[in-house]
Amino acid sequence: MEPLLEVQNLHVWYRVYGGYSKVLNGVNFLVNKGERVGLVGEAGCGKTTTMKTILRILPDQVSKIAQGKILFNGQDILQMNGNALQRIRSQGIAMIFQDPTAALNPVFTVGEQLSDVIRFSLRSIAQRKVEKKSIKQVAMQALKDVSMPDQERILGTYPIQLSGGMRQRVCISMAITTKRELLIADEPGTSLDVTIQDQILRLLHELVKQQNTSIILITHSLGVAREMTDRIYVMYAGTMVETAKADELFANPLHPYTLGLLASVPKLTGGGIAKGIPGRLPDYRNPPPGCRFSPRCPRAMPVCEFSPPPFFDVGYEHKVACYLFQESRND
Amino acid sequence: MRIGPFLLRRLLLSFFVLIGISVLIFVIARIVPGDPARMALGPRAPQEVVDRLRKEMYLDKSIPEQYFYWIKGVVQGDFGKSLYSKRDVSADIMEYLPATLELAFLSAIFMVIFAIILGVLAARYRDTWVDTVIRTMSYLGVAIPAFVVAVLFLLLFGYVWPILPVIGRYSAWIVPPSPVTGFAGLDSLFAGNFSAFWDSFKHLLLPAFALALGSIFQEARITRSAMVDNMNKDFLAAERGYGIPERVIMFKYLLKPSLIPTVSVMGLDIASLMGNAFLVELIFNWPGISRYGINAMLNKDLNAISAVIIIFGLIFVVVNIIVDLIVAYLDPRIRLSGARGS
Repeated sequence: MEPLLEVQNLHVWYRVYGGYSKVLNGVNFLVNKGERVGLVGEAGCGKTTTMKTILRILPDQVSKIAQGKILFNGQDILQMNGNALQRIRSQGIAMIFQDPTAALNPVFTVGEQLSDVIRFSLRSIAQRKVEKKSIKQVAMQALKDVSMPDQERILGTYPIQLSGGMRQRVCISMAITTKRELLIADEPGTSLDVTIQDQILRLLHELVKQQNTSIILITHSLGVAREMTDRIYVMYAGTMVETAKADELFANPLHPYTLGLLASVPKLTGGGIAKGIPGRLPDYRNPPPGCRFSPRCPRAMPVCEFSPPPFFDVGYEHKVACYLFQESRND
Repeated sequence: MRIGPFLLRRLLLSFFVLIGISVLIFVIARIVPGDPARMALGPRAPQEVVDRLRKEMYLDKSIPEQYFYWIKGVVQGDFGKSLYSKRDVSADIMEYLPATLELAFLSAIFMVIFAIILGVLAARYRDTWVDTVIRTMSYLGVAIPAFVVAVLFLLLFGYVWPILPVIGRYSAWIVPPSPVTGFAGLDSLFAGNFSAFWDSFKHLLLPAFALALGSIFQEARITRSAMVDNMNKDFLAAERGYGIPERVIMFKYLLKPSLIPTVSVMGLDIASLMGNAFLVELIFNWPGISRYGINAMLNKDLNAISAVIIIFGLIFVVVNIIVDLIVAYLDPRIRLSGARGS
């Protein structure tokens, strides 16, 4: 398998009053060509920050990329100039945001926004101006692809005239107008109700299969990750703590945080309220110097408090960032 | 865009606003002490002449009746006679209003152009020296009243570095074109007299700029803060992420939503320009209606006062309708909720 996206030792800080909030602390992960990767972790652990950094769309006055590399097809996105970055954004990677209401500009029609996305993508591919008529055709097709009825009318509406589910479909249509090599879906259903969420996920699933694109699916739901992805990364407080094939991860979870996460899933058939993990995310302004999970970890050891654990390979493409597995290999 | 019902509602509302203004100003004008007829004719006029004028002016009737006769004239463009200039007030207004309108119009244009340019620059280069310079200028611009600016301009461009005319609407050697519209620029163009057009335009520059300055900076600040607010919004990150170039993001997707608060405030500012114009007109010896209105007040010229206030009210209302239309154009949320409500 060929690597498509490789994030290496990424550190991203936010400027806050009196210093920096060190959110991402050496994120490493890999997406291969055609692979569907899931990313799970609790709210505030840096999932969205990582994704926005990949597209370089974090607001630069409040954030700082302290170090790291983001290799896309072997080239470092963080070193790219305007034109190359433009090409990545219009042909390489597209992101679907968590909240479609916030992700659509409230004062422009759907058609206007969609047309601009198409216009500049096509221009960057074809290196020339594109006719208005063909832009409209592509826009209609994009809406059709996300199962929107009555495309002509939808193009003339404003986001407030659409329901949440339709807004998310519009957002997805923007991300797939021209074929991208990698789709990033940031909890695409979280802000929608359960049945709509299901439809949206199904739609994404179909699109990814049809276009044979790679996808990073960020989700709160371990069940969704298991069903829709090939490999899963578990993230905690700005670092990846565990990664494995989806089935392997559920069959053999190793990291104490992953175990806690699995235990906190409420069961449909009895069992009462799930256990959860005591404590909360560390203060990013002054994070623990060692393993960031150590203050909450039931099995923390003295070493955990001093140095952050690297990934230890435990076999079967299963890696875990925890000193408990320093020596063990399960093959 | 369903603008019909929206416009209709605003027009209806404005109609009542104007009725309110007219009643208020009429009643105030009538209950101030002093007999207008006596004031018009002077202290030595014989009593029967005064009585005849009182009858002519319906002053012997009750106040509601007087209002009725007065408003009947007003809707036909007859504001009565000026008690001071002894001419028809409407003739005075036709003479002085265009001068102020052209001043306010150019001021408004300056306001729109410079406020947006400065606001965009300050937002684009926020927290750099550009932003700091514009911010410092803004504090000064908002704090210094228009008439001080006017005097400074007079001193700078009339005396220290005389590059622009500072008095009146035309230079002495220019033969003014015959007034058709009353607007110096338009009349010169109708007459095909380009040197008069250019000359009148140069005369406009300083007073218009002095008048606009405070508002320019206030609105530049509003534009800047709206843009900075919107810069961190997800929709801009999304649009950037989909490969829309930075200049399109800046001048289209960021600017349009950020202009909504600016335009709303601008409407109020443009309308209050008319009132603020008084000192500027005085300093630049500009024969405008604000100056006329103030003189009318000093002379207790009741018909002229009422007329000026009605005209200002009308302009205020019209400008606000236009501003509301622009805001509705910029912000579909307002437009669509308005259409649903009616």
